[in-house]
Amino acid sequence: MLDELLAVGDRLVARAHPGEQVEVVVTSERNTEIKAYEGEIESLASAESQGVGVRVVRDGRQGFAYAGTLDEGAVAEVLDEARDNMAFGTVDEYQALAEPDGVPTPELALFRPALLEHPTAAKVDLALELERAIRAADRRIVGVESAEYWDGVFRSAIVSTTGVRNAGEETAAYLSVWALAEQDDETQTGFGFSTGREPGELDPARAAADAARRATRLLGATKPPSERATVVLDPWVTAQLLGILGWTLNGESVLKGRSLFADRLGDDIASQLVTLVDDPTDARAFTATDTDGEGLACRRNVLVADGVLQQFVHNAYTARRAGTVSTGSAVRESFRSLPGVGTQALVLTPGTAGQPELVAAVGDGILVQDVAGLHSGVNPVSGDFSTGAEGLRIRGGALAEPLREFTIGSTLQRLLRDVSAVGADLEWFPMSAAGVSLVIPDVTVSGT
Amino acid sequence: MIDESVVSHVLGTALRTGGEFAEVYAEDKRSSGALLDDGKVEELTSGRDRGAGIRVVVGETTGFAHTADLSEAGLTAAAEAAAAAARGGGGGVRTVALTRRQVSRGYDIEVFPDTVGKADKVALLTRADETARAEAGAITQVSARYADSRKRILVANSDGVLTGDEIVRTLFWVSCVATGDTGMQTGRESVGHTVGFELFDRYDVEDLARRAARRAITKLEARPAPSGQMPVVIGSGGGGVLFHEACGHGLEADLVAKGASVFRDRVGEQVASPLVTLVDDGTMAREWGNIAVDDEGHPAQRNVLIQDGVLTDYLWDHLRARKEGRSSSGNGRRESYQHLPMVRMTNTYLLAGADDPDDIVSSTDHGVFIRQLGGGQVNTATGDFVFGMTEAYLIEGGRVTEPLREGNLIGNGPEVLNRIDAVGTDFAMGPPGTCGKDGQGVPVGDGVPTLRVTSLTIGGTAAS
Repeated sequence: MLDELLAVGDRLVARAHPGEQVEVVVTSERNTEIKAYEGEIESLASAESQGVGVRVVRDGRQGFAYAGTLDEGAVAEVLDEARDNMAFGTVDEYQALAEPDGVPTPELALFRPALLEHPTAAKVDLALELERAIRAADRRIVGVESAEYWDGVFRSAIVSTTGVRNAGEETAAYLSVWALAEQDDETQTGFGFSTGREPGELDPARAAADAARRATRLLGATKPPSERATVVLDPWVTAQLLGILGWTLNGESVLKGRSLFADRLGDDIASQLVTLVDDPTDARAFTATDTDGEGLACRRNVLVADGVLQQFVHNAYTARRAGTVSTGSAVRESFRSLPGVGTQALVLTPGTAGQPELVAAVGDGILVQDVAGLHSGVNPVSGDFSTGAEGLRIRGGALAEPLREFTIGSTLQRLLRDVSAVGADLEWFPMSAAGVSLVIPDVTVSGT
Repeated sequence: MIDESVVSHVLGTALRTGGEFAEVYAEDKRSSGALLDDGKVEELTSGRDRGAGIRVVVGETTGFAHTADLSEAGLTAAAEAAAAAARGGGGGVRTVALTRRQVSRGYDIEVFPDTVGKADKVALLTRADETARAEAGAITQVSARYADSRKRILVANSDGVLTGDEIVRTLFWVSCVATGDTGMQTGRESVGHTVGFELFDRYDVEDLARRAARRAITKLEARPAPSGQMPVVIGSGGGGVLFHEACGHGLEADLVAKGASVFRDRVGEQVASPLVTLVDDGTMAREWGNIAVDDEGHPAQRNVLIQDGVLTDYLWDHLRARKEGRSSSGNGRRESYQHLPMVRMTNTYLLAGADDPDDIVSSTDHGVFIRQLGGGQVNTATGDFVFGMTEAYLIEGGRVTEPLREGNLIGNGPEVLNRIDAVGTDFAMGPPGTCGKDGQGVPVGDGVPTLRVTSLTIGGTAAS
């Protein structure tokens, strides 16, 4: 299979004109998605998709085209189209493909043949078991908005005229559930999930227990008064915050004058408790991967060490322009897009205290269990930060009554500087960042 | 795209394992786009996506498979996979007689984007970049994007429906960064319609670029938004995202059926202020959420969801409507042939009222005026929703005064709908949006006249 993908790449690269750079990314993907509802399979989707994306660079101009098929005729057209598009780009002296840099590709064992051999019926059972488990978890759980099993086999190859030629395959699976809890005509929701590389690693009981706990503990929630308070961010919330922070540390945002931290290399930008690493080579990360979107080996990049900004992440283009080397951080959404630059698997170095100890130490404050509207209320260019939130009051060092319909507000700069404790409770999520509990004092809470 | 007899055969194959309903959705989409950033035309891309999704329904179970191979062999293989996924009781051979359903969107595309030279598309970007930078020295970065798509779809199902549509959309946006002593701020403008290149007869890219630049510059002077509950006036065309989140999603029948909506069991009840009449209208000519048929082959409709504050109906797709023994409202949509359809909005808007827009502001002693809303998010089960403000000002003594920095507002759908105490005469549609649900994005439009909510929570950062 990987040989076939490489062959598609080889054939196109062989058609490069003299003086022209050609890069071909070829992918083939198989997904299964099963939704359970009221003891039945609501839907079972099995999907296979393939595609090719071609980038052509010549004399500092770049063109790109793609097709959602590996049909030979269509693939040949893609190269012609990319070449045609190239003529309209602006000349940019730094524009060129990635060159192999000798960094060895890490061995991460992200492909598990067991997933391919797992019968569909057994996957169906997992989805049904998840839904049964959530309904049985608590008498106040009245239903699910969704209970889902998902898996995917992802294969890709990248070949270029600059000597990049590699291929790889990965598997992934998860269970996710959104539970509805009801009491006295009031409904609350909570999610839970479990991730792995193969179905055998999934834990429906854990996903169900998390969802039930999150939903039921919000029952009876009220809107808090507006105040300034110390907040404890749940690992799930921290992970989402890191996703935004990652954007400010990518080489493209920096070079194009959109990053808050553009001129701050070597400066203290965060509390000294903050050490932030982007490490797609950590196989525990859901987004772990051995090669980046330009075919270079992924590597562990320390971005912030003890509060000091160490480096930004780069792809080949941004590195060349910044006078440095790629950090293996080219990211591609899919074969349909050019490689951008971004963080891939962010993680904060955990502290030593668990969440209960942090809560006890805070005394009075708010545990933020979930946030909403990070995309609409946070501007990573200005740093303005405002997000909808729900969670629990912290009173006398213990979790107390539930709270909803409030926002927390600050700026990204302040949030980072003010971190007063980092939890030991590292958690991995089906996204490109992991989370730990974070304690941040003096945050604006907007409520009544 | 696919021969009628092939479609008929494929549907028959899909029903072989005892399916009650089968559907073929085929799509052939060409897209092109160009991005200017940092003073350079960085990307010119074009692409093609072609394939079909086949679903089979047996009892409560839907089986789905898709393929990029539109040959009879490819489609048959997908039909077999979908049928296996939704295996029912008795099999048997069924033939499906198809009746072609002609639909019209009531207007013509004037200039198909694939007939326009790439140089003309790129020129729009360059003009926007130059204009924004010339607006003020404080503009330190500009990016501009052009995108178009031309998509043909074919939908056929075992009820005998055979129909199709050709959808052409064109989009332009420009985003600026302004830098001053207070740091950086951003401003953005976008236009998008279900039309071809004639979009630019109606909109001037220089004008959009100037507005985006001014929005960023204005915010350099902005103070942190206040924190807490206060009256909020939303400007005409500022974005109907308020209604999209406050009740639109909660009126989607799939969520209602699962008990995941605060609006369940409330049809016929007063759910909003009597000033509120809310419509979802896929037929709205040229708007971003316009469709001639939905992605299940049902003709687009104008659906009144709330009439004078009373909930009149939910939004329906084929499956949910079938269960209730009623007809779909034409709201079954999907991102592509690789996705199952579900209940989605199209163009959702609040009808104009009787109030003078200026009076709405001047009769507000203290509050916030939002000229441009950002995105939003809702938990339909609790009704709690947020939405962003990307251009907002303080109202003091009945006058719009200082600009405010960005932030979210938070409210509860049923409560906020009841707190609308003024609706202006000045209806306008807002910028194009992409609505996300369960991982699928679809184009949606929205619109509002000037309106006031007596109390909403502003999620500012100013010390209280």
